[in-house]
Amino acid sequence: MPTPRLELTGIVKRYPGVLANDRVDLAVMPGEIHALLGENGAGKSTLVKIIYGVVQADEGDIRWDGRPVRIADPHAARKLGIGMVFQHFNLFETLTVAENILLGLDGRSDLKALSAEIAEVAERYGLAVNPHRHVHALSVGERQRVEIMRCLLQDPRLIIMDEPTSVLTPQEADGLFVTLRRLAGEGRSVLYISHKLEEIQALCDTATVLRGGRVSGHCVPREETPASLARMMIGHELPHVARHRRREPGRPVLAVEGLSVPAPDPHGTDLKDISFTVREGEVLGIAGVAGNGQRTLLGALNGETAAPAPGMIAVDGVAVGRLSAGRRRALGLAHVPEERLSRGAVPAMSLARNTLLTAHGKGLVRHGLIDFARTRAFAQGIIERFRVAAPGPETEARGLSGGNLQKFIVGREISLEPRLLVLGYPTWGVDVGAAAAIRQEIIDLAEKGTAVIVLSEDLDELFEVCDRIAVIAGGRLSPLRAVGEAGVEELGQWMSGGFAGAARKADAEAGHAG
Amino acid sequence: MDGIDQAVTILAGAIRAGTPLVFAALGELVAERSGVLNLGVEGMMLMGAVTGFIATAVTGDPLVGIAAAILAGMAMALVFAALTLGLLANQVATGLALTIFGVGLSAFVGQDYVGTPIAGLKALDLFGLAGLPVVGPLLFGHDLMVYLSLALLAAVAWFLTRTRAGLVLRAVGENPDGAHAIGHPVLRIRLLAVLFGGACAGVAGAYLSLVYTPQWAENMTAGRGWIALALVVFATWRPVRVALGAYLFGGITILGLHVQALGFDVSSQLMATLPYIATVVVLALISRDATRIRLNAPAALGRPFHPAA
Amino acid sequence: MLVRLEPRLETSRAMRLASPLIAAGLTVLAAVILFSALGRDPASALYVFFVRPLSSAYGLGEWAIKATPLALCALGLTIGFRGNVWNIGAEGQLTMGAICGGGVALAVHGEAGWWTLPLMLAAGALGGMAWGAIPALLRTRFNANEILTSLMLGYVALHLLGYLVHGPWRSPEGFNFPETRLFDEAALMPVLLSGTRLHAGVILALVAFAAVWLFTARSFRGFKVDVAGQAPAAAAYAGFARSGVVWLSFLVSGGLAGLAGIVEVTGTIGQLQPVISPGYGFAAIIVAFLGRLHPVGVVIASLLMSLVYLGGESLQINQNLPLAVTGVFQGLLLFFVLGTDVLVRYRIRIAGLAGEEA
Repeated sequence: MPTPRLELTGIVKRYPGVLANDRVDLAVMPGEIHALLGENGAGKSTLVKIIYGVVQADEGDIRWDGRPVRIADPHAARKLGIGMVFQHFNLFETLTVAENILLGLDGRSDLKALSAEIAEVAERYGLAVNPHRHVHALSVGERQRVEIMRCLLQDPRLIIMDEPTSVLTPQEADGLFVTLRRLAGEGRSVLYISHKLEEIQALCDTATVLRGGRVSGHCVPREETPASLARMMIGHELPHVARHRRREPGRPVLAVEGLSVPAPDPHGTDLKDISFTVREGEVLGIAGVAGNGQRTLLGALNGETAAPAPGMIAVDGVAVGRLSAGRRRALGLAHVPEERLSRGAVPAMSLARNTLLTAHGKGLVRHGLIDFARTRAFAQGIIERFRVAAPGPETEARGLSGGNLQKFIVGREISLEPRLLVLGYPTWGVDVGAAAAIRQEIIDLAEKGTAVIVLSEDLDELFEVCDRIAVIAGGRLSPLRAVGEAGVEELGQWMSGGFAGAARKADAEAGHAG
Repeated sequence: MDGIDQAVTILAGAIRAGTPLVFAALGELVAERSGVLNLGVEGMMLMGAVTGFIATAVTGDPLVGIAAAILAGMAMALVFAALTLGLLANQVATGLALTIFGVGLSAFVGQDYVGTPIAGLKALDLFGLAGLPVVGPLLFGHDLMVYLSLALLAAVAWFLTRTRAGLVLRAVGENPDGAHAIGHPVLRIRLLAVLFGGACAGVAGAYLSLVYTPQWAENMTAGRGWIALALVVFATWRPVRVALGAYLFGGITILGLHVQALGFDVSSQLMATLPYIATVVVLALISRDATRIRLNAPAALGRPFHPAA
Repeated sequence: MLVRLEPRLETSRAMRLASPLIAAGLTVLAAVILFSALGRDPASALYVFFVRPLSSAYGLGEWAIKATPLALCALGLTIGFRGNVWNIGAEGQLTMGAICGGGVALAVHGEAGWWTLPLMLAAGALGGMAWGAIPALLRTRFNANEILTSLMLGYVALHLLGYLVHGPWRSPEGFNFPETRLFDEAALMPVLLSGTRLHAGVILALVAFAAVWLFTARSFRGFKVDVAGQAPAAAAYAGFARSGVVWLSFLVSGGLAGLAGIVEVTGTIGQLQPVISPGYGFAAIIVAFLGRLHPVGVVIASLLMSLVYLGGESLQINQNLPLAVTGVFQGLLLFFVLGTDVLVRYRIRIAGLAGEEA
């Protein structure tokens, strides 16, 4: 048996209140692309932090090329030849690409020599990267290439990729796979962390599956089915989301016309001439990779950013473009924000108090004073109806798991009985069970006649819940497609911005559809 | 005094009045570039002033006084660092506490020395050119500390933009979690930056009590530490602009003192409000461009860092 | 690291109450060390500091009237700090309140009646409010850091007072001392308890306490302030305007500080002088933190801080220690408060001692 490049045995890591890794074994061979599969919260991130030296295991052994090693910090990991491309990039926006890469390399200080090296490596692996640009000007896909470049310049023998395709268009993901296969062909090992079953089957040679901190199986992904992989990952089949027969969409609820909004954040993306309509009972999905104007769009719809003209956004015919979030909510517009802890909820406050953020109009405040009994009851109602796993309404929001907090926030907004519900990345970082529950809620809500908009990077999710789908790229909106007619190829191309020509054609057609 | 002489006196005075601001603001700039907001500059300056004064009165050597002031400033900064970096205390509140403590402790320690005369640092005659008309007193006739402050300015500017360590410091100030994940010792870097800030504040205080006046009086910094903080914002965190702002403020202070000599009959009390009003106006004007501030301010300024491993 | 900080799953209720007490205890300990280092007997120094001032009816009255301006200022600051609005210029607003109210007294000198005092109080509160409105405006319109602007205005107010008492408002019968005329009897606070200086300002402080308590504990506006302070993105999401919180904080804390200023001047001083406050506006910041930004805690902390002031004076008189020792203790107290605050959110783990925790 050849010696594994990296071997973990019996790794244990404890955090207050949770056993993140429970006697985990892992072995990666030279030249192998090994998947680390598991849903959100299964312990993948922790394990990887241990491998990269960011965190120390409480128990267990690590062997590198057969020799026992102790990885005290990222420097030590890099010295061994371990490189890591993080899911959340560790880049510095105000610095250039070359400066960013320099910071990730040990003991180097010559920027000029480095820039030359960057250009050379970029060509060798087909990674288009300009050393002199500032990171804040780069797209997400470009930023990932910088991270990869930083990793490659250290001549790694093991490369860890943490959920890399969550921020890429389908075409960019294919490009990444080509690069990874080239690297593996050179004898380097790749540890590929993901929860996307199809990807792993397409790319990876072997897989270790984590569930609840423990290894639930080792396998060869290509020999498995999505169902068997799912069973290893979550213990049962992927929950099926029920879609009933729906009636025809009703009257238009939201009409967005020529919406052009400058981004409030200097590094954000401006919106350019966005137009669409959403009707009662309809779910509209807006796909797109982060950094294309989603934040600006969500802020413009919610009321955090005022539109230049009030008529650009209309709810039930009323021009709301310059109304505050509170006024829009009173008109029936509800919103589930993309950051649950810190935007959707106040972390240190109880769930009861957190209902007051948006539901205060539901009789929870009288004569300027809070009715605490009613607030608690309201929160308890949400907890029960939406099956939030929480001890009670007095629990602090930050005490909930990501999935449960998200269920609570979605539940709170649905309890407002809105005319329109806008959701930003509703199942991001949420466990599979909660994600399925949330998707079901969206479908049920639409069935009752609410108009729904979902922004997401996950095309599978959008296909599951939406009636129509569009792509946002560079601050512009693509033409709308019925979900049955949309193809992943086309959407992927649009995500890279290639829909200007199609837009004009679709506009002409839309003139008939009304 | 004829017009030109008066102008030269005012300008030379402006440079001297601005020098403590240069020291204090440069130190705070480095601390802030690493992401730490230390509002205790006023307190650190006072401790530097009193310590430097006492050391000089006791040993007779102003250079010993300056060294003592540096140590005092660093000691104060160490307390701040222990609380904010070690115990994750709120930076704003801790900085205020440092100032209140510094005001009280310096008054307590220095009460026996109020009114004690000492020989301060003498003015130099650089290259023997101090006698030249106009240029002489302006460029060549200052004391040692003025020239040191300019040297410090050059050193800080070079450090931040041309060295790897400076790059790391800037990175820490922008994204400490990212820097930590790559393996840089964020807390250690911030500690060093804060200590540097303390040393500079100590020197700034010593300049006041050893050169500018030279004497010790309770609360003698009169808000200069706060003005230094405003200067860092005004300069959008760039060293050279800090110096320009410092001399500008020095000029305003000096003008206030000279206004009666210039023939205007305005109460000295009202003129004394000029630097403070000027600070407010300047802050308002520079902060107005929120985008500019957001682009230039260290993104993680004031936020506590806990290695959430 | 030898000592590690481990985040707690839920903030410790027990520690929230205990940490100010621990801080106070540590300050006393520091005081003992300081006294010993100065060659004084710690026991007698502590007695002189804590017990002596309260050992007579007059002393108790002093305790209350020194706590009054502290409580008024700190209650106002509490609202702001909860909203992450940092009014550091309370001392200046206090001074402005004294100037405005005092100006009314001087304007009606010789003709004051029952209406004078209420008018002065109103003028003082409005003066403080107006002075606090400046940093609020600069913050909401110009995005200027309110810490620096409010502080700078504090210095301006101080110099303005100096100008007035040295110049236009100087008493013609005052032998050229920098002070104004003594106010008419009707322009002074009525004394509540003969034999003491306890004046009606205490009642105002109690009323302020009730109002602020109702605001922070029960009102929806108070909730909005809390959200703005804890999670500004959530406040934006909810539609709670940040500018509203800034204005409310500065107007309330400015008004209360201004009230504190005129209460001080009419209650204990009786005229305007160059210095009318031993730093109450700054001490109030410490009081707000010591009271953990909760109205009840703030009132208790005001009493403690008042005792620190009295103790400092007592030490000066009885043990010949400089008054500046008060400032030292105040600073130490705030340090300990901030340091022990960590225990509320984190557990301290000492490496090598398995399972040990503080």
